[in-house]
Amino acid sequence: MEFLQYFGGVFEPTSFLLLIGGTIGGLILGATPGLSPTMAVALLIPFTFQLAPTQGLILLGAAYTSTVAGGAVSAILLRIPGAPANIATALDGNAMAVQGQGAKALHISFLSSGIGGVIGVFLLIFLTPVLAKWALLFGPSHLFWMAILGVTVIGSLDSKSFVKGLLSGCLGLWLSMIGYDDIQGAQRFIFHDALTGGVSIITALIGIFAIPQVIEMLAVGRQRQDIAAVTVSKQPFLESVKLTLSSVKSLSIGTVIGSFIGLIPGVGGQIAGLLAYDQTKKFSKNPESFGQGNPQGVIAAESANNAMVGPSLVPLLTLSIPGSPTAAVLLGGLLIHGIFPGGDLFDNHPEVIWTFINSMLIGQILMVVFGIWVAGYAAKVAQVPKAIMASAVLVLAVFGAYSVQQSMGDVYVMFVLGVAMYFLEKFGFSAAPLVLGLILGPIAEANFIQGSMIANAMNGPFEYFMMGSLNLFLIVLVLASIAWSFVTSRKEAKNAAAAGDA
Amino acid sequence: MNDLTSPISSEQSNDASRLGYLVPAILILGLASIVAWLSYTQEPASAFLFPRLISTVMLLLALWNFFRAAAGKSKVGKGLTRTTWMRILPGIMLMAAFIFFAAKYLGFYVASTGVFFLLYSGYDPASHLSPKSWVKRIVVTIVFMGVVYALFTLLLKVQTPRGIFL
Repeated sequence: MEFLQYFGGVFEPTSFLLLIGGTIGGLILGATPGLSPTMAVALLIPFTFQLAPTQGLILLGAAYTSTVAGGAVSAILLRIPGAPANIATALDGNAMAVQGQGAKALHISFLSSGIGGVIGVFLLIFLTPVLAKWALLFGPSHLFWMAILGVTVIGSLDSKSFVKGLLSGCLGLWLSMIGYDDIQGAQRFIFHDALTGGVSIITALIGIFAIPQVIEMLAVGRQRQDIAAVTVSKQPFLESVKLTLSSVKSLSIGTVIGSFIGLIPGVGGQIAGLLAYDQTKKFSKNPESFGQGNPQGVIAAESANNAMVGPSLVPLLTLSIPGSPTAAVLLGGLLIHGIFPGGDLFDNHPEVIWTFINSMLIGQILMVVFGIWVAGYAAKVAQVPKAIMASAVLVLAVFGAYSVQQSMGDVYVMFVLGVAMYFLEKFGFSAAPLVLGLILGPIAEANFIQGSMIANAMNGPFEYFMMGSLNLFLIVLVLASIAWSFVTSRKEAKNAAAAGDA
Repeated sequence: MNDLTSPISSEQSNDASRLGYLVPAILILGLASIVAWLSYTQEPASAFLFPRLISTVMLLLALWNFFRAAAGKSKVGKGLTRTTWMRILPGIMLMAAFIFFAAKYLGFYVASTGVFFLLYSGYDPASHLSPKSWVKRIVVTIVFMGVVYALFTLLLKVQTPRGIFL
């Protein structure tokens, strides 16, 4: 119960104001179609430079939590999911809104998000220290394999083609090697002066997540968006509370699936929401009512995508392996504040980490309160023309990248990576494995070099890296993640071919 | 701006051709080959131990991807249609001109204001002939850049490069 000691830090005036600001801002950003939670957190990182590590993390954590929930507003009122995590919410949420139950849909959406989120954060509180102690047993060879596992898992699961997923991971690992080698100071892959200091993680994150979305918005051209929001009339809040609390089955399915998916590195909220929705529908006595405005569909999807948030930080804080692409961006935020995840994190920075985790708990409650209040305004923001959104995101991305080191070189790198990522995504490559490769690359290399030195003094690299039960276990996991993805993508290709023939 | 207003037809939005997928596969293979070649030829060898490991895997995967693309089995992703190209190219060129030239020579704020206004105006569905639309665009640009100035210069104390102007 160590976390209880650090609750006071959350209520310090600056921290609490940041928590409120991050929550409201995140709700509005989340409700805006085209602004994903990952991009919102990436664009916020430069604003944390001036803050103390705890305050910076509180802001990022609040934004992470509330952008995921905020995406439900546009999903319900406009049938446009604010984020991929809210796809399942749009199915029944919008049907409810069309039937005149928009307020009720918003209420149950935020209430179930809050309940799922609180359970998810409790899992984070109780699982993380246990895993962190276990992580202390890891030596360089294990940490090397863990980093490789992070890239292969996310490369396999987050991509529709496992070859392209793994290639994206390798591209990220290569990007992480650009610049000067840490041990000998040798120049590596410096093709331009802007790359002399290497590729800054924050710069890359902003470019990879913001610029493709800017170009995607431009791809719509000058077509008018005829988005009509459903009119929301007032409905009794208490009724929604009763409905949510009585939906034990949907809440249980949502939180269990969301928490489990969050713990698996790299899978993310989109899958959590859809899987929970699907399972709730299967277990329902009236599966045919799903898609027609069944509140249980909203409750399952929203409790799942927010229950995923807390557990997605468990592998991040203990093993440096993010549970979702947004958690990968958050890892960048931790690193720039000098917080290195790992087994000794809770010994070295207990006040920072526990205050951050506690703020996520309080943030869930604030998210429910402000969510219901802000929803009406957020829906209006969601209708802002794409031309304004694209221009605004571009300018913010350029200023954000520049402010990292006050260097134009960073802006060039950000733009080139962003444009390249747009084209790569169009041809099936994913941003998440690339980013994870970039983040985990230095960890993998440092442990590979350290392990090689130890191996040379012992029985050689083969025995050091390939033997031992933990090494073997991790190698099996790496191979299993690749094999699973290979089998799945072959199966999908066969199904697609069969559908094409038909 | 005809291409910016025409909707994408269902035929155009279908997956791009095999050639369309082969080009990125060739580019990735080229990049992987360069990375592998540099990793194995640069000195000191010990600094390139990890790059060699990764570039070898990358090259093998890039070869695999190339053969799949050549066989027409790599059609993952939406690809790019001609209409999409025509819509995004002016925007990308404008962004590139802003980042690589205007920001440095005109000054960060003036260039940012310009690119915001041009991008917004170019892609705004509202009429280009209506004075009211132009007033709205000017007001939105000024308000947004005011917020950016308050956030980055006043709050975060970021010193932006000055060119001929601010």
